[in-house]
Amino acid sequence: MNQSPTPTRDPAVGERGPAVALTALRRDYTVHAKADGARRRTARVIRAVDDLTLHIERGEAVGFVGANGAGKSTTIKMMTGILQPTSGDVRVLGRSPVAERRQLAREIGVVFGQRSQLWWDLPLRDSFAILGAMHRLTERERRARLDRLVAGLDLSGFLDRPVRQLSLGQRMRGEVAAALLHSPQLVILDEPTIGLDMVSKEGLRRFLTEDRAERGTTLFLTTHDMSDVERLAERIVIVDGGAVAYDGALADLRESLGAPRELILDLASPREEPLRVPPGAQCAGIEAGGIRHRIRFSGADLTVPVLLASLSEQAEIADLSLAEPAIEDLVRRISAQER
Amino acid sequence: MLSYWRILTATFRQHTTYRTATLAGIFTNSMFGLIRASILLAAIHAAGGELNGYTALQAATYVWLGQALLAPIEAFGTREVAARVHQGDVAVDLLRPLSFLGLFFAQKLGRSSYYLLARGIPPMLIGALLTGLALPEDPLSYPLGVLTIALAITVAFLGDMLVNLAAFWILETRGLTVLYNSVMNLLSGFLIPILWFPPWLLAIARWTPFPSMVQTPIDVLSGRVGPASAIGLIGVQSAWILVLLLAAAVMLRAGARSLEVQGG
Repeated sequence: MNQSPTPTRDPAVGERGPAVALTALRRDYTVHAKADGARRRTARVIRAVDDLTLHIERGEAVGFVGANGAGKSTTIKMMTGILQPTSGDVRVLGRSPVAERRQLAREIGVVFGQRSQLWWDLPLRDSFAILGAMHRLTERERRARLDRLVAGLDLSGFLDRPVRQLSLGQRMRGEVAAALLHSPQLVILDEPTIGLDMVSKEGLRRFLTEDRAERGTTLFLTTHDMSDVERLAERIVIVDGGAVAYDGALADLRESLGAPRELILDLASPREEPLRVPPGAQCAGIEAGGIRHRIRFSGADLTVPVLLASLSEQAEIADLSLAEPAIEDLVRRISAQER
Repeated sequence: MLSYWRILTATFRQHTTYRTATLAGIFTNSMFGLIRASILLAAIHAAGGELNGYTALQAATYVWLGQALLAPIEAFGTREVAARVHQGDVAVDLLRPLSFLGLFFAQKLGRSSYYLLARGIPPMLIGALLTGLALPEDPLSYPLGVLTIALAITVAFLGDMLVNLAAFWILETRGLTVLYNSVMNLLSGFLIPILWFPPWLLAIARWTPFPSMVQTPIDVLSGRVGPASAIGLIGVQSAWILVLLLAAAVMLRAGARSLEVQGG
């Protein structure tokens, strides 16, 4: 407990080098299950992460997405040092996570959307006092940083309320503040917006973007919500079957997949013939006797307002909704392309 | 160190908010104290005024001190760590830049300090009013007694932690907790003084850490054991702390290695 956090002294751990370097990472789980009719349980090995290699430079923002069971959480657990890889190499901020878990914990901030690091029965403010002491912040550092977080995440209304009384959105903002209090170099967010309403999501994303711009933080984020990736990350990594299935810019992904967004229009009066659409869009179907028109378009070529302007000239629109390609959908296309 | 202190005081404050639980605890503690005191007093009366070195007043003091220590020692066991392992919340604990055992020990000390004040003092007052208390002759017994309480809380914490850490390997620790706590309640000298055990059971008890959890602080605080022997008992307590700490550290290390955080 006496060593002070002086990462810069060791050249291997300093500001140089990638933020995250995963090399041929693999993790097997042994599952004991009883087969039907069998008398004894048999051990079965499940490979959750399979030969995963990924490099993230300092200052990058990466969205790490994949279907359930693709190996996202397992990867995060290995990156944070709470899970030992079966084989392969993990380096986070130049450290070996399992061996240097506690030192690493001072340099990274982690939010598990489904778990809490706040003190349930105490006012939110008290959690920050404890965390400030844990991270050895001086009173001045802590106060300055907390003021910034309170303003940016709009915490002032419930700082003095016990955490158990907070709404989900309030608590998540508190969790993010708790993870960012010690100004970590690497922020890992595991499903940070799960269960949040649009307003809370937007507020959270706006602050994460601002804070990153101010401090040059590396951001690593898993999510089910494609718009999280769009707003927060420049690079998207899709995992499938425990390995990287796609790694690149989000726009390129959509382009390469031709994965269009879908605009669903309900017209005020039925119209059987297709609407004329600008280039880059196409009519994907007409339903409900001409009331509902589905139009597919690529987000890269066409914006929704332009498309809408062109369509509303032709018919009166009663209602509309916009469908984003779901992550699961993108992942399925990626795996289909690979085969 | 500051962070452990902050956690300790925060846990203390947190427990001050559970007023109903505290009142209910005081009530049950005192009721059971009355019942236990009357049984022991009847036994001593039947034995002709003294039983295995305990006079009526000493037996009553033994009961009230035991009732006072019940909550701080957490003689019925805790399940928090086991539950956190099973639900995967242990991931959050492991990601704190603190020692895992230190984190939970600070919480335990915060809790126990509150329990000592809120749940320890009332049974002593009731005992002083109803039966009277045997007080130690040597004033040195008081500081030594306080020290043995602190050590007893530490021994009990480590023993309970071992049971909880078993959750890394077994899915359901409730049975183990129940078993451990019944053995602990008996061999620690909480139910009856260990000197009343048959010789073979007394011999077994003396080879376990359990008497260090209850019998030792009671004996020192009530003055049944003088300051000179108290030093020896403190040595025994400290030795158990070392042994159990080592065992807990080994278990935690192995457990964290084999950990497969559930869910999420």
